[in-house]
Parts: sequence; C-alpha cells; structure tokens
Amino acid sequence: MTIELKNWPLWEVFVRSKQGLEHKHCGSLHAADAQQALQMARDVYTRRQEGVSIWVLPSASITASAPDDKAEFFDPMADKIYRHPTFYEIPDEVGYM
Amino acid sequence: MYTQSFNVQDSPGQKPTAPAASNENPELQSRFDSRIDAEGKVEPQDWMPEAYRKTLVRQISQHAHSEIVGMLPEGNWITRAPSLKRKAILIAKVQDEGGHGLYLYSAAETLGVSRDQMLDGLHSGAAKYSSIFNYPTLTWADVGVIGWLVDGAAIMNQIPLCRCSYGPYARAMVRVCKEESFHQRQGYEALLVMMKGTAEQQAMVQDAVNRFWWKCLAMFGPPDADSPHSAQAMRWGIKRISNDDLRQKFIDATVPQAKVLGVSLPDPDLKWNEARQHHDYGAIDWNEFWATVNGDGPCNKERLATRVKAHNDGQWVRDAALAYARKQHQRAIKEAA
Repeated sequence: MTIELKNWPLWEVFVRSKQGLEHKHCGSLHAADAQQALQMARDVYTRRQEGVSIWVLPSASITASAPDDKAEFFDPMADKIYRHPTFYEIPDEVGYM
Repeated sequence: MYTQSFNVQDSPGQKPTAPAASNENPELQSRFDSRIDAEGKVEPQDWMPEAYRKTLVRQISQHAHSEIVGMLPEGNWITRAPSLKRKAILIAKVQDEGGHGLYLYSAAETLGVSRDQMLDGLHSGAAKYSSIFNYPTLTWADVGVIGWLVDGAAIMNQIPLCRCSYGPYARAMVRVCKEESFHQRQGYEALLVMMKGTAEQQAMVQDAVNRFWWKCLAMFGPPDADSPHSAQAMRWGIKRISNDDLRQKFIDATVPQAKVLGVSLPDPDLKWNEARQHHDYGAIDWNEFWATVNGDGPCNKERLATRVKAHNDGQWVRDAALAYARKQHQRAIKEAA
C-alpha cells in the first residue's frame, strides 16, 4: 500500500462472530497502519462482544467484480438447472434422498 | 443518535426547495427505478441518479455529524455524573455515539465523498447537524431526558431507515438501532431513580422535560406540507414514513411513558382523540426551529468551536501515527533487502 498519503488510509473490517463461523464483512475505517486498524476495529465494531477474531485489509487491495458486467459474469449459471437437486424426479417410494 | 428526518439543505441554510427535474440517461434511470420499485437494494458500484447520490451524501453526512456533535452535550456531564455506575454508563453511551458517527461516515464514503470533505463541511459550518444539540444540558436530568426523549425520537426516525434502499446506509442503521435501545432505557431508568428522590430532584426532571419536549417534536422535521424533499425521498426508498406520521407515533408512544414516570408533558392541547385513535397536540414553533438550524440557537457557536478545536488539537496525533507507520514500513523494506 502507499505510505505517502496525507490522510489515514481506508481499511475493510471482517469479524468472526464466534468460533466455527466465517469472518464476515462488517464495515470500514481509517487507520495509519494495520495494527492501529485492528485496535480501532475492536473499538468500533466489537464493543458488545460481537467478535472473537478480526481481519483488516487495505480497501485499495480488494479486486471486485464490476456491476456492469453482472449479466455476462453471472448469467451463465442461470440456465444450468440440472445443477440443482430438484431437477431430478425420484419415485416417492425411495423416500428421502 | 439522531437524524432528524432531517435532510435540510446545507449552506446556505434555508427551507428546502423542490428537487430539479432529472436529466439522466433514460435507460439507466428506468432500470434504477424498477429496482427501487421491486424493493431492491442499491450498492456502491451500481449506477444511480446523481440527485439520489447527492441526497444520500447530504443525509448520511448530516446524520454522522449529528452523532459526533451529539457527544458534546452529554460529554459535558461525564465528570459530573452522580455515581461511578452512571459515569460508566454515560461513557459507554458517548462512545457508542462516536461509533455511530464512524459507521455513518464510512457509509457516506462509499458514495465517493471523502472523510475530509465531510469534516470540512461540518467544521466550516456549511453542513448541518441535528438542531437538538444546539441546546444546553443544564442539569443531570437533561442527560436522562436526552436518553429517553431525544434517543427515543431518534429510534422512531431510524428504524425505518434500516429498510433504506441504499445498502451501506441500511446496514449501518441496523447496527445503530441495535445499540440505541440501551441509550433510551438507561435515560428513562436514570429519570425513574430521580423521580423516587427528593422534591427538588423531581422538579429537576420536570424542568428538563419541559425544555426538551418541543425540541424533540421538531426533530422529526417540518410538517409534510412543508417538506418538498420528502416525496422524492419516499420515491427513492430513502424515506419510508412521513415526518408527521413519525412525530405522531413518537407522541403516542411517549405519553404513557411520561405517565409511568410521573411527569407532565408541557402541551395544554395534548389529549387523546378517540376518533383518530391518536393524541392531538399543539402547534410547534417552526420559526425557532429554523433559526436554530440556521445558526442562531443557544449553543451553535460553542458546539462548532469545540468540535473544531478537538479536530485541530488532534492533528499532531494523526500526523505522528502516519509518520510512525511510514517508519515501520521503511524499516520492513530495509530488513527485507
């Protein structure tokens, strides 16, 4: 990341709410460096024990899919209904499968 | 915390005027409209009409400023809280307000405005914040009344915002609303304790209620007939319930709470209307409201000066943190080489 900034850079914060669950994006904040971002994330996003683990990463390092490409990017999955279990008819006497 | 359904024009502070007609790309506009009609959410990278973006930036930043300025009147009482318990509660509440401001600034930043631009707007006096903080907190009872009535009014305003069409704002509001209930309950409970105390303490509570009641009703913003922005904000799914409807809800919810507490509400016209199934209430002094919005309230100058001083006095801390981060970074590079 660039260090030549005049202002504190932006960080994205991910919080694991409890052991066994995934880290989930919960917001962003400004901090001078990663350690400070962690401490601030604790104060801003876990004041009521909402987390047991925090990840922070520079917002600038995220690569995101473009909303304008949504159609081309995701639509190819729309017509592949055979990927879903409900596509297949199974006789009732088989029971739960 | 505290939006008024308050999306007043920033500088120069005036009554809002009707929004200009859109000259956006009709195809994009119609796709956007159908998404809103289908109760879909808008996310930061999505196309949105410029007026929608501007309205959100103004509303979310005003909301964030209100949280941050809202720390000041209550912060004044931290050192004078009547017990260690009340002090710990008040510190936690004021810290929450700071947190709420940060959630909201982050949400506004996703619309392409920088934190510095927003702070400049606040510090220069160009941007507005909720007028309720331009009144002084004279006694300890004021702290309780802010929790009960001011936060109570804010909750009424904010719950519908959890369903706002702009995703980051709606998500921030969900977090805020979860924490807000503590604010209202701690205030009401502090007042209950005082009402069980001496006649002097009871009078103090009544006095605080008398001073804040009308200001809280004004927090919901001008009457529907005088808020030309409301219809557009409703159309965009930013606003869900009208100013007058929210105000009515707040009054109806508060009257029984006041009865349990044993205080009267300072409005001779306040009475149950069986036909409407709502309380009728007296006229709000909107001239006083607009005068305060436009800078002539009792504490406008003091609040802004305190905020600016805190920001300026903190400059060396922000600089030092960046210098330290830079040094650590360079040391890491050198060690790697």
